[in-house]
Amino acid sequence: MAKKIVEEVVSHDEHHHVENFWTKYIFSMDHKMIGKQFLITGMFMGVVGVFMSMLFRLQLAWPNEKFVILESILGKWAPEGQMDPNIYLALVTIHGTIMVFFVLTAGLSGTFSNLLIPLQIGARDMASGFLNMLSYWFFAASSVVMITSLFVETGPASGGWTVYPPLSALPQAMPGSGAGMTLWLVSMTLFIAGSLLGSLNYIVTIINLRTRGMSMVRLPLTIWAFFVTAILGVLSFPVLLSAALLLMFDRLLGTSFYLSDIMVAGELLHNEGGSPVLYEHLFWFLGHPEVYIILLPALGITSEVIATNSRKPIFGYRAMVGSILAIAFLSFIVWGHHMFITGMNPFLGSVFTFTTLLIAIPSAVKAFNYITTLWKGNIQFTPAMLFSIGLVSTFVAGGLTGIILGDSALDINVHDTYFVVAHFHIVMGLSAIFGMFAGVYHWFPKMYRRMMNKSMGYLHFWLTFVSAYGVFFPMHFTGLAGLPRRYYSNAEFPMFDELQDINVIITMFAIFGGIAQLIFLFNFFYSMWRGPVAPKNPWRSNTLEWTTPVEHIHGNWKGEIPAVHRWPYDYSKPGHEEDFVPQSTPRLKDEPGH
Amino acid sequence: MTGLLLALVLFLLVFAAAQIIRIYELSVKASNRDEYVVTNKDNSNQGRLMLVFGIALLVSFVVMAIAWNPLALPKPSSLHGVEIDRLWDVSMGLIVVTFFIVQPILFWFAYKYRGKEGQKASYVEHNNNLEFVWTIIPAIVLAGLIVYGMTTWSNIWNPELDEEPIVIEIYGKQFGWTARYAGSDNTLGNANVRLIEGVNVIGVDTLDPASHDDIVTSELHLPVDKPIKFVFRAQDVIHSAYMPHFRAQMNCVPGAQTSFQFTPTITTEEIRTDPDVIKKVERINKIRLASGKEFYEYDYLLLCNKVCGSAHYNMQMSLIVETEAEYTNWLSEQKTVKESI
Repeated sequence: MAKKIVEEVVSHDEHHHVENFWTKYIFSMDHKMIGKQFLITGMFMGVVGVFMSMLFRLQLAWPNEKFVILESILGKWAPEGQMDPNIYLALVTIHGTIMVFFVLTAGLSGTFSNLLIPLQIGARDMASGFLNMLSYWFFAASSVVMITSLFVETGPASGGWTVYPPLSALPQAMPGSGAGMTLWLVSMTLFIAGSLLGSLNYIVTIINLRTRGMSMVRLPLTIWAFFVTAILGVLSFPVLLSAALLLMFDRLLGTSFYLSDIMVAGELLHNEGGSPVLYEHLFWFLGHPEVYIILLPALGITSEVIATNSRKPIFGYRAMVGSILAIAFLSFIVWGHHMFITGMNPFLGSVFTFTTLLIAIPSAVKAFNYITTLWKGNIQFTPAMLFSIGLVSTFVAGGLTGIILGDSALDINVHDTYFVVAHFHIVMGLSAIFGMFAGVYHWFPKMYRRMMNKSMGYLHFWLTFVSAYGVFFPMHFTGLAGLPRRYYSNAEFPMFDELQDINVIITMFAIFGGIAQLIFLFNFFYSMWRGPVAPKNPWRSNTLEWTTPVEHIHGNWKGEIPAVHRWPYDYSKPGHEEDFVPQSTPRLKDEPGH
Repeated sequence: MTGLLLALVLFLLVFAAAQIIRIYELSVKASNRDEYVVTNKDNSNQGRLMLVFGIALLVSFVVMAIAWNPLALPKPSSLHGVEIDRLWDVSMGLIVVTFFIVQPILFWFAYKYRGKEGQKASYVEHNNNLEFVWTIIPAIVLAGLIVYGMTTWSNIWNPELDEEPIVIEIYGKQFGWTARYAGSDNTLGNANVRLIEGVNVIGVDTLDPASHDDIVTSELHLPVDKPIKFVFRAQDVIHSAYMPHFRAQMNCVPGAQTSFQFTPTITTEEIRTDPDVIKKVERINKIRLASGKEFYEYDYLLLCNKVCGSAHYNMQMSLIVETEAEYTNWLSEQKTVKESI
């Protein structure tokens, strides 16, 4: 079956070459172009999301100062440069939504799943190029709707990125729950549709279109990560869709799924019998797997980058695959740790504590395996490698505090404080964004046929790494002082007065780190047009994508797709001249190994 | 005019940048090197930077801990809070130790095994013994933490009490808190937002006899060393009643009733004489004095910790723990529902 499809694609490829601007760049069905579309859109959204964080950090550091620049950016939301509490909440909400979904889900997994799945498994393209194109355009449409929501009269959604009802269901409760919230839900619905189309495509492609010899245990860990991520997405995103639809019904049709006995702004509502906690369950049933939908691709990329640049096999390949599967399985039965203090039955609290802390075991295995891969390596510090090592550091630093937050008894007192903000930004935000940067630096030559500038990459990494820790490490301490998140200002509580210095430090690092990203943006666009032309295999890597020609061609390989004879991690293997042995290299006589 | 000047400056900047880039490109061309290839020098520089960063990370961690740990919440003022803090210390201890083992190894390896020309990496695929060890050790440690955590959690929910807890309702709405004491029968009368009318701001059912002795207040007074059972309600959106000094927090959910129970152990008077608290208050007042704000006296607080709208950041209620005599006295001065509605 698989062979037949391959033949069809080959013949399809041969007499289908007339491309114009529209079919090549806009409505492309080529996975490489779609990957790049995801990346550019994700980067645009990333700039918006990071910029928002810089704005609200200004407010947090200097709550009573007036910044003229705020008025020119936010208009009526910052009269005379004093930020309005409503827009503060809106910025926080949209920052979270954009970073979690648009940058780290679509931008990360969308980019690299599309780019790498066909290239690394040896396929001409995705199983369905058309669905793939649709998946991008749903994402693009959802981005447009999300950006549009910033400009409505009552402001964008403002109830936090989790948009818990009743706050998000009642326009009377806050301005952001008006039209902005409706657009948020429309945007997420489109987003989920796109994500599902993409994920189904990835799964089918990986199962059916692997080239000869590419057994599952010879897949690069990137592909394993994308594969499991796609399965997570298919199983969990529909639940978020149902949560969003029910919320839409409550908002627009007067149903009471999440609403009961409410009097808001002096008005008694008719709703009865609903429960906001139902929404929380549905939301976090996606929300927690979502953390791994974000993280696993980053870990997959890191596995690949660390092995290649240590010039060593990834340590414990099977354990790495096993831990991906274990993490994925566990991620479905831990959502309740976001809800320890919602009034959920305390017995459930115990169960979720148990399952949550179990995740630390496969996570620890992954961290140790990365570190052991470095051991006795011959480390080549490419910018991608620096970001991957950075990822391991943040994954450990942020993962450890998960042991505290996953423990129901401890969560009581730090729930929704800055301790949580520190934890998830380090373990999920930083790790994933570092993985994404590593991926961009590593596969840039595969995407744009040119090399990115190394020195700018180094500078970018160090400035980012320092400011990332500078932003999020101090937040643990404000959390320990009991400072709640999503406070527009701490000035109303004298007990938090002594935290203001920390807030100023955090903001300075945030602005510094944000500006440092300009180096990356410049490097990216500059190299796209003027970087040195890439050789075929610049990192001397084993995986199949480096056997394709530098010029992009529809169908990826001229002539036959190479067959695979070994696993992707034969680096520095004894008995071979070079310190890498591409997967397409036939085995020597009596050669041991995979 | 300013716009024109700005445009000119911008143009000149871009022009200058373009020139610098061109010079750079020419120099790269002249030196005939491939800019992206990682050289021996790069590896040794970056490896060293890794080591420096690793050390700096650990040092800055220590510095932050010394400088900012005193800012943390003072000792817990509740029975179960002591247990939580003990569990916290054990967990945090393990975390910090792990952090100080794993991070140095990571950065040390990055430095130690930085690439050198002509060197070849060792071909090590896996090692079952090693992998077994680092699966089983975390598993054992976590098993301990899980059991400890679950025990603590269960103790919090099922405390051993030798007396009936005092029932108090905490009622949240945008953007303030109200308390309702159950009165002499220690039973709260029914209530529903549908019954809100006039002075009956939290919708007490005045037809329910149990409600007659209920007492509605805007301040929260608690007797020391008496178990308190809080029940929580919300009028409009989800709020979260956060009492950080007691290590207590519970969401207030519209249409549902939640509850949490604890025993305060230190009165407001007493905590103000705690040496850590005195130092804290001194630091805070120094800051407040400099910015001309009024003098601060240490107080317990109930604050909202679930985003609930524009004034979420200022939704608070003062909370006073006092002796039983003071408490009874204060309560007897408050009006019951029957008297006020």
